[in-house]
Amino acid sequence: MTLYAFQRLLQSIAVLFAVSVAVFLAVYAIGNPADLLISPDATQLERQELIARLGLDQPIWTQYATFLWNGLHGDMGTSFVHGEPALRLILTRLPATFELVTLSLLVASLVGIPIGLWVGLNDGSRLSAAVMTGSIFGYSIPSFWKGLVLILVFAVWLRLLPASGRGDTIAVLGIPFSFLTLDGWRHLAMPVLNLSIPNIALMIRLTAAGAAEARNQDYVKFARAKGVGSRRIVRRHILRNILSPIVTILGMEFGSLLAFSTITETVFAWPGMGKLLITSIYQLDRPVIVSYVMLVTFIFVMINLLVDFAYAALDPRVKLAERLS
Amino acid sequence: MDNRHWATCAAALLLLGTSAASAKDLTIGQAAEPSAADPHYHDVSSNNALALHIFSALGVSDENNAIKPDLAKSWKAEDDHSWVFNLRDDVKFSDGSDFNADDVIFTFCRVMNNEGSVNASFSDEVRNFASVEAPDPHTLRITTKTVEPLLPELVAEIAILSEGIVQHGKITFDPANKCGVTGPWPTVDDFNSGKDAIGTGPFLLDKYEHGSGITLSRNPHYFGKAPEWDHVKFVPVPSDGPRLAGLLSGDYDFIDAPAARDIEQIKQRDDLAYASKESSRVIFLQMDIGRDKSPFIETKTGANPFQDERVRKAMSMAIDRKAIVSRIMDGFAEPAYQFVPSTMFGALPDPQPLPYDPAQAKALLAEAGYPDGFDITLHATNNRYINDSQVAQAVAQFLTRAGIRTKLDAMTSSIFFTRRAKREFSFAMGGWGSAAGGAASFLRQYVTTDNDSLGIGASNYGAWSDPDFDKVLIQAIGTVDETRRAELLRQATQMAMDKLGFIPLHFESSLWAFRKGLRYEGRMDQYTLAQDITTAASD
Repeated sequence: MTLYAFQRLLQSIAVLFAVSVAVFLAVYAIGNPADLLISPDATQLERQELIARLGLDQPIWTQYATFLWNGLHGDMGTSFVHGEPALRLILTRLPATFELVTLSLLVASLVGIPIGLWVGLNDGSRLSAAVMTGSIFGYSIPSFWKGLVLILVFAVWLRLLPASGRGDTIAVLGIPFSFLTLDGWRHLAMPVLNLSIPNIALMIRLTAAGAAEARNQDYVKFARAKGVGSRRIVRRHILRNILSPIVTILGMEFGSLLAFSTITETVFAWPGMGKLLITSIYQLDRPVIVSYVMLVTFIFVMINLLVDFAYAALDPRVKLAERLS
Repeated sequence: MDNRHWATCAAALLLLGTSAASAKDLTIGQAAEPSAADPHYHDVSSNNALALHIFSALGVSDENNAIKPDLAKSWKAEDDHSWVFNLRDDVKFSDGSDFNADDVIFTFCRVMNNEGSVNASFSDEVRNFASVEAPDPHTLRITTKTVEPLLPELVAEIAILSEGIVQHGKITFDPANKCGVTGPWPTVDDFNSGKDAIGTGPFLLDKYEHGSGITLSRNPHYFGKAPEWDHVKFVPVPSDGPRLAGLLSGDYDFIDAPAARDIEQIKQRDDLAYASKESSRVIFLQMDIGRDKSPFIETKTGANPFQDERVRKAMSMAIDRKAIVSRIMDGFAEPAYQFVPSTMFGALPDPQPLPYDPAQAKALLAEAGYPDGFDITLHATNNRYINDSQVAQAVAQFLTRAGIRTKLDAMTSSIFFTRRAKREFSFAMGGWGSAAGGAASFLRQYVTTDNDSLGIGASNYGAWSDPDFDKVLIQAIGTVDETRRAELLRQATQMAMDKLGFIPLHFESSLWAFRKGLRYEGRMDQYTLAQDITTAASD
């Protein structure tokens, strides 16, 4: 396990390094942030001052080396646009996105897995066919369109929910959360729904397919022959067996939603990281873009690691393989 | 709504028994979020507009970009180099301390000692000061190194801070010795946190949160007319659709920059209203005239047709400005026949309209030796100006119809501005909002020959050069006498329009939408100022 973890750690560092080179070069290639930041009526002296202060007058490899050196010391640079440390800027936005994504996946699991299980076990019934067809829609409708329709229905027509923003928050350990206030829940409802719909569909399809396959497996038949109650078969045997792929997907979804819930955040003006990324790209705010991608890569690497550990906990065969190898 | 708001509302409801009490809070959905609460951090409109809520300056720009007295009661040029400002003596900062000349001198020094700022345009103005003296606490004499006729306009851009935010000894304008400041200079963080956001503006900064919003409350010490609102919240919603949805659903009382295409929908609803105001932003075509060979022009002879005045006139005639304004801009724009609206300082009061005459355009092209036209590429932004890619498309089609086969390459502004600065384009559609200087703003920036030592012509990417024009303009921007300066600027504008080195298309109108019952006149500089938003009842 230790060796395995160490190997994974080395791999992760290599990945982070490669990503940093790629992103740095890509953002460098797009354009010169100084042209966007400095108003065109600035004098040449002013331009040069800013360019020198941001380090943009240095050759690209010097810029990268400075970035890497500072990065290793925990300094990811200062935002060109906001004049604040890039990492702090991103981390202050992280809780909003984290809250949104966690709730969405929670909703997706709590709704999707039971429905999927029912559909898988009642394969062939008309209702289950209807649910499966419906889930295709849930998965394929574009997120921005769905978001706008939600706003139109719940905010503009029915006036039940606010159209955008985060609402009141309560700080826990200095981190603001919306889910602790009623107003926060009203603001959360639509973005959470918007993010969770495709994931509910995904969970239904995944669980249904797994359950349909598992219920005809020999161990299920054997358990049934032994006289095990059907509830216990579903809970102990079927669910535990099909949970591994579900957890993998949940982990991957968590990572990608955390990093790229950009569209939902933009549509609902949710003050999360995704919205920050989009504005930073428009403004060529390189320290923020690079830090963001580095952070996201880091999160993905960590999630993959955790998922691997979760496997071991859920599926005894993984532990066994580990012990034998 | 936090507890305090609930309490206010509840109390007011009890007293009045109506729901009108909550009308004293205003929520504004804004398209562009300020990047800092520090007024000297970045000279862009979103930041400058926020600064006008919390701070004030010696002068203030009114809705038509004319400078009016603010912290200074009056000013006068004693000679070409020295100016005297008489300061108000009844002004208090939001922390209760008195305002006097020391605060102004401290502010000038801070602008020059502002390490984290994005651009130094404010410090550029101050660097031109040879001395700043205060004969008494409410009089200020500024002596400039070079003649600066626009001094009142330029100092009106510098938000005045309180000297109380730093440790200092005696404040004097002595930049070499930090002006008497002994402690550390304030940073952008000190303003964002609210610690140093102490100003003389109509509002106080309650909270500044990147991405979530900005909360203001009324400044009880404000010396001017008190704003109607107890609390104002700005929420950043950059996308048009969600911003409008927020207004329709009642989340916001007021939004800036609604899309012109959505105004029809707003008109049809009886609970909403809108305001429009012609802005000083001109959309124009810039041609590569300086180079004999230009990368995106193909002619049979290999010559650069833009160098021929007849070709430029033909291009202007081929474009139907009124059609662009009515069809693409939904009427929210004005055809432009010069580079600033005619109400601005130094503008032609009644410019000769540029005609739409496709037949004449073809004749002119043939006369210039291009009976079969030529091939060019028009480069434009697609996310910077209102409907920019559609406008550029229309321009390309109008030109193609006249025989100038025009391809369009529209791109995001971050790439456009970078490439334009490297002079990679032959033919580009740009925009420019004039503020300080009136008509001089565009002319000195774009039309004059590039001259770094005078700081003019920096955006003349097409290297258009007319020595006669340069002479008149350089004289104009060095003339302190206003009547004479306006006269020279009109002369320069006429010269620029005669040769059409730049082809103006239209002036964008700014739009605002709000719930019925509110009033906003709109501003030429496109700012949204909460202190100017009123309820219809209060006149």
